[in-house]
This record gives sequence, C-alpha cells and structure tokens, in this order.
Amino acid sequence: MNETRHRVTLTVNGVLREATVPGRRLLSDCLRHDLGLTGTHVGCEHGVCGACTVLLDGEPVRSCLTFAVMVDGHEITTVEGLARDGELSPVQRAFAECHALQCGFCTPGFLCTVTAFLRDNPAPAEEEALEAVAGNLCRCTGYQNILKAVHRAAELQAELQAEPRAERQTELRVEEDR
Amino acid sequence: MKPPPFDYHGPATLGEALDVLAEAGPGGKVLAGGQSLIPLLNMRLAAPAHIVDVNRVPGLDGIEAGPSGVRVGALARHAAVERSPRAAAALPLLRQALRLVAHPVIRNRGTVVGSLVHADPAAEMPAVLALLGGSVRMASRGGEREVPAAEFFTGPMESALRPGELAVSAFFPALPPRSGTAFHEVARRHGDYAVAGVAAAVTLDEDLRIAAARVACVSVGPVPVVVDVTAACGPRPAASVEWEAVARAVRDRIDPEGDIHATADYRRHLTGVLAARALRDAAAAARGEES
Repeated sequence: MNETRHRVTLTVNGVLREATVPGRRLLSDCLRHDLGLTGTHVGCEHGVCGACTVLLDGEPVRSCLTFAVMVDGHEITTVEGLARDGELSPVQRAFAECHALQCGFCTPGFLCTVTAFLRDNPAPAEEEALEAVAGNLCRCTGYQNILKAVHRAAELQAELQAEPRAERQTELRVEEDR
Repeated sequence: MKPPPFDYHGPATLGEALDVLAEAGPGGKVLAGGQSLIPLLNMRLAAPAHIVDVNRVPGLDGIEAGPSGVRVGALARHAAVERSPRAAAALPLLRQALRLVAHPVIRNRGTVVGSLVHADPAAEMPAVLALLGGSVRMASRGGEREVPAAEFFTGPMESALRPGELAVSAFFPALPPRSGTAFHEVARRHGDYAVAGVAAAVTLDEDLRIAAARVACVSVGPVPVVVDVTAACGPRPAASVEWEAVARAVRDRIDPEGDIHATADYRRHLTGVLAARALRDAAAAARGEES
C-alpha cells in the first residue's frame, strides 16, 4: 500500500535533521533507521522497559510511544548528545565509575532519564533517586550500582558546577591584587 | 511491534480537528499523549483508519483551578497537573492519584483527559472523576455537551464519546470544607496497573462527625465502582468509626473477576483492606491531620 509520507524536521543533539516518514513511524525508529542514530535502543515497544527514553525539549519521553510526525519542529536529545567535546557527561562518567552497566542495552534510556532527573533535582534523596529510575528496566545489574551512579553523578555535577565559579573567583582576586 | 498504517492528520485549530473527526467518523481516533493509544497500535490491538493528532491545537492545555474545582484541558499532561500547586490546593486527590499513574516519564506525555477517554477500569483518573462526580466536556461540529462521570464510563475501555467528538476538557469538582481524600493501591510492580486500588473521600460536619464518605474502586468491575459508605459509618465522630467494618460494606458491593494476576477472592479481600486504609487516611486529612 502507498502510504502518505510526511516531511519532519527535528533538531537532534543540536543538529537540524530532516526525514521523510510515514505517519506511523515511531520516533525511536526514525532516530535509528532514518537518521542513523542507533544509540537509542528499542526494547519492548510498548512503554514498559524505558530503553528508548530520549529527551524531548529537555523532558524524558518514551521514543517508542511517540510518532516522529508528532514532534516535527521540536528538539530531541539522544544518548549520543550527552557527551560534550568528546568528554563524558557527569552521568555517563558516574555510570562507568560505579559499574552501573553490564550488557549496556538499557543504559541509553537510564542515561537520558537520569540526566533530566538530576537537572531538576541536583541533590536527590535515596527514595527520589529510586522513583526516578523505577520506570527503566535493567536485567543485569540488580539496580544497586545504578542507584550508586545516580548519587555519584549528582556529586560530579555539583563539582563541575562549582569549578567554573572557583576559577572566576580566582580571576577576580588576581585583578584585585593588581 | 509496529503500528498499522493510518492516515495522519495534524490540525492546527479546534475547528479543523472537529472537521477531520466529523469526516473520519468511526474510523477516526484522537491522539494526544499517546501513552495508551500507541501501545495499542504497536501491539495491533487497534487499527484506526485516521489518527487526528491534536497536539498543535492551541488552548487545550489549560489547568484552571478555583474554589469550585479543577478543569483540565485535553492537552494537560499528567506531569503538569501533578506539579500544579493550584490544582493540588483545590483538590489534593489529583496529586495523590497522579503519583500512582505509571512512571514519571510516561506522565510527561500522557494526558489526564486521555486517561479518562481510554476508560481503563484499572486506571486511577477514571476512579477520581467517578468518586468526585466530575464530568467530561466533548465538542463536535454540532456543538458541545458535558457528560457526568456516572454516564461517561460505559464499559471496560468504553466511554460515552461518540464518533466525531473530541473530549476537550474534564471537570473535577472540589469537595466541601472539612473534607479529606486518599488513594491507596497495590500493583505487582511499581508503576504497573493496580491489582486493586481505592480512592476515598470523607467529609465531616461541624462536630467532626461523618457527614459523607465514599470510595471508588479500580480493577474490580467494568468501570470504576463507586460505593457510598456514609450509612455504614453512621453519624459518628470520625475518630470512633470502625473502618474495617465499613470496608466490609465495600467488599460486599463489588463483584471482581479473577485473572492471571489475582483471583476474584483476593481482589475482594485486597479492596477491603485498601478501603479501610484509604477511608482512615481521608478522615484524618478531613480533621486536618497528616495521614
């Protein structure tokens, strides 16, 4: 059957991308097949596992429960967009440090979910961290190291945010010395 | 696990959306958050000929909270209503229930009105609307009509919404002064649909005796089951009501079915336990105590 195709323009990881897709193209499939961004993983395709979680205008959503045409003109961040200038993001570093991944299949979804969570809640309590990752399934780790990584990522993020300020203060002091 | 083909429509105005829905007739299906519809499509349990995506229609994402209650627009996401301080102040039950709806990531997209129209008897928001005696406003090319909860839910996954209609908002009426609410449920896993769940609302009179008490039960019938337990409580002070005895009245009024998750007897037992907890907490909240 000849399906009508729709032109969609998405800003993916800061880059303007175009695709021509049928209405039923899931955002997860659009990212993987049309745009070649295979970092977003597809697990259950009915919203249960969370592996396909991406950020839509900054908010985590299931890309398997979103049609690409629905988000025409919007901004998407995938796991490929979390690192900056070749350096892992605090969440990615924490996952590596804390052994929060084994097979890695679920990891892209966890990374996107946790990135948005720590932006909104930079110093979460244990229960809040647990609630934040409860919508993502992991069949390897048993979740303990993932929870450790959430808290470690919060620490790394706080350090990162404190650093530039410390540098600025040093510069100011230098100026005063003059 | 790919959706069947459909004709996609992305109307930019309400009028355009209603025109498309009128033309599509029974083959038309409205898409808002998609968190219930898209799984059904992916699993090919539904195959509508036309999908009408209302996400670009302006003016549908309102959350109006006032002394009379809270009106929620068709595009108000679960997360937005959950985070609204004014909605929580007018009706604490909304936030109590929304925190039990799936997971935060699903709530970022899913809509309250979508949950109502989906009319899953295991879902929280239909129970809340039924408990409060709220209503759903539907628009079509012919005009608007407002249908009360008692007539809106007609069966499992079935509502009074007719082909060509768009549910534009839902109204959750506020409770009288000295009222309290609670929502308790048991699910196999956090975020799953509940095996059983009970929303309760208790209102006290000026002498802090029970003036009204009712519950809405999920997962125990084709639609949310509302049971008025005011008579079972008697006009006693809230502190001296035997909630376990009142919960027996709830158990006697429901007729759950068994499935792979739970037997009918277990569901009935669980609903009684949850009803006692929810009513006790609602009464405590009505007295101004933390539950």
